[in-house]
Amino acid sequence: MEYKLDFKTYSDTLRKNKLMGLQCKECKSITCPPKMTCQECGGYDLDVVQLKGTGKIVTFTHTFVAPLGRESEAPYIVVLVELDEGPWIAGNLIDVAPDKVNMELIGKKVRLGHKVFPGDMYSAGPAARPLFSFS
Amino acid sequence: MRRVAVIGTGHTKFMFNSTKTSMEMLAEASMDAILSSKIKPRDVQAVYIGNVLGDFSEGQGMVQSFLADDIGCLNVPATRFEGACASATMAIRDAFMWVASGFYDIVLAGGTERATAMGTALATRTFAMFGDSRYEFPAGFTFPGVFAMLTHLYSHKYGVPLKKLKEQMAMVSIQSHQYGMKNPKAQFQKEITMEQVLNSFMVTSPLQLQDCCPFSDGAAAIILASEDVAKKLTDKPVYIAGVGQSSSGKISSQYKYLPRLRAREIAVKQAYDMAGVGPGDIDVCELHDCFSIASIIAAEGLGFAEFGKGGDLWEKGETKIGGKIPINISGGLKSKGHPIGATGASQVAEIVAQLRGDLVSQGRQVDGAKIGLVDTLGGDGIILSLILKVD
Repeated sequence: MEYKLDFKTYSDTLRKNKLMGLQCKECKSITCPPKMTCQECGGYDLDVVQLKGTGKIVTFTHTFVAPLGRESEAPYIVVLVELDEGPWIAGNLIDVAPDKVNMELIGKKVRLGHKVFPGDMYSAGPAARPLFSFS
Repeated sequence: MRRVAVIGTGHTKFMFNSTKTSMEMLAEASMDAILSSKIKPRDVQAVYIGNVLGDFSEGQGMVQSFLADDIGCLNVPATRFEGACASATMAIRDAFMWVASGFYDIVLAGGTERATAMGTALATRTFAMFGDSRYEFPAGFTFPGVFAMLTHLYSHKYGVPLKKLKEQMAMVSIQSHQYGMKNPKAQFQKEITMEQVLNSFMVTSPLQLQDCCPFSDGAAAIILASEDVAKKLTDKPVYIAGVGQSSSGKISSQYKYLPRLRAREIAVKQAYDMAGVGPGDIDVCELHDCFSIASIIAAEGLGFAEFGKGGDLWEKGETKIGGKIPINISGGLKSKGHPIGATGASQVAEIVAQLRGDLVSQGRQVDGAKIGLVDTLGGDGIILSLILKVD
């Protein structure tokens, strides 16, 4: 059984600032990031749908110690965002002053863009990731 | 199923910059386990080993096979388990099942890691492999970063002000160092203060250096035997009374439960049900304190505190010897150290020592402990629970 929405397709679409997800035909839930099956009911009859790319920050961290090869990116902000359609996805937050990275971020509305991680020697190629900014 | 007992353990000192290889450390721990069990290497019928990053730290894969040969367990089946920081606990659970089933009578289980050979940057990169490589790592996820996000989420969801939560988290680290000082196998043998914790450098907000366990080198191993064999070899068998294991997907997919970790709640229920006990019956617990907040989340998931109230256990001293539930009397991952492939076997060795009453001379014996719990977490999603008991 082939993926309805595999990583490469998701990543290539994200490069155009479009966020794709899956809607379960049985329970109508949205799954994003995509999986083979619905993350709510395990159903596997899914439709590919475009999501709005808007949501709110549910948690965050300001990272100062970066992995090998990504030291020049630090410090950076990682967020989990609850999409308007329900699921949570991970990304980075930009356009915020370092002294504003505190609990006040939780609940702030954000809009999705993207940035490409070029990959490293362990990554098997590049990957687009969500880049959020305040909406 | 047959009853299965731990009859002997071995444990190297945990440290930075070991001059010994992963295999050598594991061989030393394994021989100590074998000899303390009053058996010979040729009595071991199979070998179950946790090792996570040997491929990256030493260019060494399939350490289990070389280990078996090195210690004279010649040509036995040798299997490696990889479940990030829970690898050795996975190995022990499987080893338990093979003996319980009657397939083997005596097996060796353990784990080893030489993480400090990688240095901090590569270690941070490889530890990030225990998150999702496609949907999480590109955003710069690190493993401390995941627990840092859970800390903010915990504070928000339960209404515990971050300042108070951070102080409770500091108390977790402080207690771990107090007991680690008394553990000769611990990586750190020094006390730390609230001021030192709260002034240590920021790794990934709000986690500071002293909220995080170290990178470590070390190994631990145990011998498991069927009840009839165990009774011939030792008058202090420690039985594995309950086991549980569960898995989860990437952290974002766990959104409906966070900061609770559903896999832990499922795994520990399996273990409690199998052993016929509950949280109130546990005399001593080793839980997975990779980060200070992880201890608080674990104590709640294991049933020792209400959700949102775990930090009160440390604040009130309930996690010390003499408290309601003594936790991480070894020093935990924070002070004892966390050689990830070995950690589960180290936790089991500690609980075995507690249940045998072997820690009086170290000044950290939980008097009269009869039932102990091991909790180990691997990456985003593998959590195991083991319940050990003496008759």
